Amino acid sequence: MIVNRSHQVLVHGITGRQGTFWTEQMQAYGTTIVGGVNPKKAGSTHCGVPVFASAVEAAGSLPAGIDVSVLFVPPQGALAAIEDAVAAQARLVVVLTEFIPVHDTMAAVHAANTAGSTIIGPNTAGVVTPGQAFVGFMPAFDPRIFTPGNIGVISRSGSLGTLACLELTRAGFGQSAFLGIGGDPVSGTTTADAFTALDDDDATEAVVLIGEIGGRKEEDAAEVIGRSAKPVVSFLAGRVSPPGKRMGHAGAIVDGATGTYESKRSSLEAVGVTVVDVPWDIPSALKAVTG
Amino acid sequence: MKLAEDQAKAVLSKAGIAIPAGIVVNTPQAAAQAAIEVGPRVAVKALVRSGGRGKQGGVLVVDGPEQASHAAGQILGLKLGDEIVTSVLVEQAVDIGAEHYLSVTIDPSSGRPMIMRSEQGGMEVEAMTDQIESIIIEPGDLTEQDVELSEIEATLLTAFSDLDALLIEINPLVHTTGGEVIAVDAKIELDDSAAYRHQQLHASIGTQQAGGTERERQAAEIGLRLIELDGDIAVLANGAGLTMATMDAIVAVGGAPANFLEIGGDAYTKATPALELVLSQPGIRSLLVNFCGAFARCDVMTAGVIEAWKTLKPDIPVVFSISGTGMDQANEMVRTELGIEPHPTMADAVVAVVQARTARSES
Repeated sequence: MIVNRSHQVLVHGITGRQGTFWTEQMQAYGTTIVGGVNPKKAGSTHCGVPVFASAVEAAGSLPAGIDVSVLFVPPQGALAAIEDAVAAQARLVVVLTEFIPVHDTMAAVHAANTAGSTIIGPNTAGVVTPGQAFVGFMPAFDPRIFTPGNIGVISRSGSLGTLACLELTRAGFGQSAFLGIGGDPVSGTTTADAFTALDDDDATEAVVLIGEIGGRKEEDAAEVIGRSAKPVVSFLAGRVSPPGKRMGHAGAIVDGATGTYESKRSSLEAVGVTVVDVPWDIPSALKAVTG
Repeated sequence: MKLAEDQAKAVLSKAGIAIPAGIVVNTPQAAAQAAIEVGPRVAVKALVRSGGRGKQGGVLVVDGPEQASHAAGQILGLKLGDEIVTSVLVEQAVDIGAEHYLSVTIDPSSGRPMIMRSEQGGMEVEAMTDQIESIIIEPGDLTEQDVELSEIEATLLTAFSDLDALLIEINPLVHTTGGEVIAVDAKIELDDSAAYRHQQLHASIGTQQAGGTERERQAAEIGLRLIELDGDIAVLANGAGLTMATMDAIVAVGGAPANFLEIGGDAYTKATPALELVLSQPGIRSLLVNFCGAFARCDVMTAGVIEAWKTLKPDIPVVFSISGTGMDQANEMVRTELGIEPHPTMADAVVAVVQARTARSES
């Protein structure tokens, strides 16, 4: 799920306003965009690449196939687009769409797992490998925010993940990869999955984990973090959020005893993670653990 | 969207699960009439969404129309949790042989449907976690699961998927002395994101139960997510994660946020109405605008803030911290149009807004 310049990226929904804007940004950054999908405009060219009727058609027509499919499609069309990308053997499907029905997400994750593809998202802002490529809608192109280095960053939130990278860059820490896993309660890539990818990545020396209240992603990730030697610093959003209220993201809700700040913090601290109280303390904590 | 008990039961009944005969009323007289129709022994139950109503006098089992009328008189007007009781469900009382617990939800770890069941039901679920058996449902045929499912469990799982539900809970699931299995209480939460597939059902449920304050409902109507809090520092940020982090940071340096309001995602063009809403909240003494744009462009959000600020001309200090997509234009707009210097970091901005508030309350 760490993208690089050699990955062949297909943009589902390339002809829309956001699809066009962010495709141009990705191309300017160096991401290899090989085509787009829009059944109504198949056969045309957009942003300098061919538009196909489906991902399956694209994979059959493009000499190097596709590695990554990114979805700029509305929620009603997301499941079909993911199934198409999986059928086209995209190894990674980046699902930016927010408000996908959760039963559709469950079906999509099952389809991807069965075919050996990985979904990142839904409701993610995407992934960035500074200096290489980015997929999604992150301000990767701003060197004040993203700069190459050896810190891996995982975030459920795009805006807070952006802030974390900004704080890191400002303090002189570049990033090996930013993995936005998305804010929904059911995700194709969990925090634990993203951590495992960074743990296996030689370019990553330490990990910053941006979590938030709701669900069990941080608690489950603590189990794999405990088995790794890489240092981890975490900020968890939602400490003062009232229980029982959905804080924007469908996933961010404290319901009964599930998903509380205390549960997440103590699970992470129990495996040696440094948890900071405010985002701007991430760099100093990182200095302390990386020596 | 959470369904009221009568709505949830109507949905279960349609799915083939037995429920007691019942009538929703909102006066004691109508409760008496309902007891004649479905009684004589009836349960009179407050129609509210919060749990634990039984403990607070929200459920009474009585005999005959006179007692039903009296019970309804006692329950109507009660305040249970945040809600005032305006209607009651008058339901045929059942002869309880055994009370069980049964629910379907989504397991947050595996992301799969999960049955939870217990031989012991009728009490609050939080009090019985040790006795609950959880069964994660694997994709595929319901008859080929590792654990054998009962007929009602299979029915419930099918309904869970057909309805695009997030939760179906039956507590208690009663086995009557006569051998029937009846859902005596039911909670259902539907996925709002799937409402387009269930337009009739969602329309019939209506918006009567949309909770929250007046301003929170106004925000929801224009597609914004607002939660009012007790503090005096208004917060406007983009994205749920950044907004929560902004609230946490304000508290960490000694302040108190007045609200959660985020304009991330597709809502990033709604800065003007968003700001109007937060500033209309009483007791606001300062405003923190904290943007870190990814998809949400800072220039667009900031233009909206400036427009609202110029229209409303609020007499409170405002502090900006802006970074991410479109930050340079956004920061320049704040300088030229408002004559305010944005703070270079979130840390500076949060400290400044808390200090601004303190300075004002001391002057």
